Amino acid sequence: MEKLLAILNELHSDVDFENEQNLIDDGILDSMDIISLITEISDEYDVTITAKDIIPANFNSAEALYELIKRLEDEE
Amino acid sequence: MLFTSYGFLFFAAALLLLYYTVPKKLQWGLLLIASYTFYFIAGPEFFPYIIATTVTVFLSALLIERNAVKQSEYIKEHKEELTKEQKKEYKDKQKRKRLTVFVLCLLVNLGILAVVKYADFFVSNLNGVVDAFGGTGNLTFISLAVPLGISFYTFQSIGYLTDVYRGTVKAERNIFKFALFVSFFPQLIQGPIGRYGALSETLYSPHRFDTKTVGYGLERVLWGYFKKMVIADRILVAVSTMIKAPAEYNGAYSLLIMLFYTIQLYADFTGGIDITIGLAEAMGIKMSENFIRPYFSKSLKEYWRRWHISMCSWFREYLFYPVSVSKPMQKITKFSKKLLGEKVGKRFPLYISTAIVWFATGIWHGASWNFIVWGMCNWIILMVSEEFEPLYKKFHEKFPRMGKTFAYKLFCVGRTFALVCALNLFDCYRSVADTGRVFFSLFCAKNWNIFVNGALLELGLTVTDYVILACGIVLMITVSLLQRKESVRDMISRRPYPVRFAVWYGLFLIILLMGAYGIGYDASQFIYNQF
Repeated sequence: MEKLLAILNELHSDVDFENEQNLIDDGILDSMDIISLITEISDEYDVTITAKDIIPANFNSAEALYELIKRLEDEE
Repeated sequence: MLFTSYGFLFFAAALLLLYYTVPKKLQWGLLLIASYTFYFIAGPEFFPYIIATTVTVFLSALLIERNAVKQSEYIKEHKEELTKEQKKEYKDKQKRKRLTVFVLCLLVNLGILAVVKYADFFVSNLNGVVDAFGGTGNLTFISLAVPLGISFYTFQSIGYLTDVYRGTVKAERNIFKFALFVSFFPQLIQGPIGRYGALSETLYSPHRFDTKTVGYGLERVLWGYFKKMVIADRILVAVSTMIKAPAEYNGAYSLLIMLFYTIQLYADFTGGIDITIGLAEAMGIKMSENFIRPYFSKSLKEYWRRWHISMCSWFREYLFYPVSVSKPMQKITKFSKKLLGEKVGKRFPLYISTAIVWFATGIWHGASWNFIVWGMCNWIILMVSEEFEPLYKKFHEKFPRMGKTFAYKLFCVGRTFALVCALNLFDCYRSVADTGRVFFSLFCAKNWNIFVNGALLELGLTVTDYVILACGIVLMITVSLLQRKESVRDMISRRPYPVRFAVWYGLFLIILLMGAYGIGYDASQFIYNQF
């Protein structure tokens, strides 16, 4: 989780990723942020995030994103 | 049948009456009949196209879903016997089958769109290239009439097919219900591009007559007609006069063209969408919003989150994301990181994906170079501002109070509005050369006296027209400002009945008395009809 928080903080240092629950719904992360994030996550965790996975529920909070990574790691 | 025609008003009124008269379970069937009647009136020759899209997408979605169900049943049944590798092999095989159906259906539907909308553009460019190399480019133009709303219903159908392929929505099993989703007449001509998941929740369900719902819907329809007929169609006269003669109307006129066209486009498109959403709302059907006060945006990026939302989100979800995370793009990322270093290399694929999206957005608007250049200009501005983002951040860290001041916010809104006005010029002229000439003539303009010498009254508008326009624009801005706090219709509904009555009839009378029709005017097509 720390690794993920570090990636997120590098992207937007002004956001409280530990507590924020509406990263997508509130427009904190936009589509370009999401792609930058996916590139970083793919490098760090060696998982493949597909277009199907890019839904608000998976990106609205750091925990949701971490859950997605864990799920993908298990699948792969 | 134009939204602004008497025929449409009669059609919509008769439909509303019937809609709440027939048994509720027949309501969606009635809507299908109405939608097909609407499409038939628009041109019976267009019918085969929409039927082809409906049938191919409907069947492909069913095949894809059936295969997915079969796969999970097989895996469940043979859970114990199959090894992990065998399961993976089986899943991959089934996935390939689904992908084949998906791609074939895409090719058929995008093929239809390409032939009717882009074939002549391709032929014209091919002839041009042959001519340029000394040959004689004489390929014949196909000259097919573009079916009404083809870009909208094709994209809507592809969105549905992709959702079924991804497993995020269940395939529709009733072809007539699906036919209604594709052809629902209010959204057919200029969107919004609906999503099956959201739209199907209210499109097929029975709706009982509810005074508030019908009243709210009709109120919005009225507001849409106000924007279209009082503002857009009035200012259109001046815009048409100026863009017809770029050799005459340039220099200081460029400023007027950009400003007037941007107002016209907003009033026309949002007005049309208000009529669409309002009419659907009056029938209890909830459609997605297409605009959130776009001209109040503080950056171009924000503007594209608030303008034509359904199209932008379509491109984002069904093109930008799949392209960005695709295997070829991952390979490009690895390669560009090696070549350009970690920091720049990582950004490179983002540039490619956004360039593809903006090229597609440009050409979606029309088979013409001006739209492609318009798309690429948007892309360049967005990418440049993206790269300057760290600089903006540093600036705001140094001057933290400045970003919060009203003056700075107003400056950002004004800057974005000016940028949008300039980009809209591509849409006016439909020619890159004319757009460039008119735009750059502004910087060496010597005719600034047009604002005081009465030249503005030679554009087809009288002093009264300008006064009506000014009042109309002030009203539009006021409504937008009020909307930031809460729905204006909610505000009106809390007023005493005589006040509400005065607002409705006042608006109705304004449209009747000040709408741009009669001698010298011709209620025009909505700008987005042609896309």
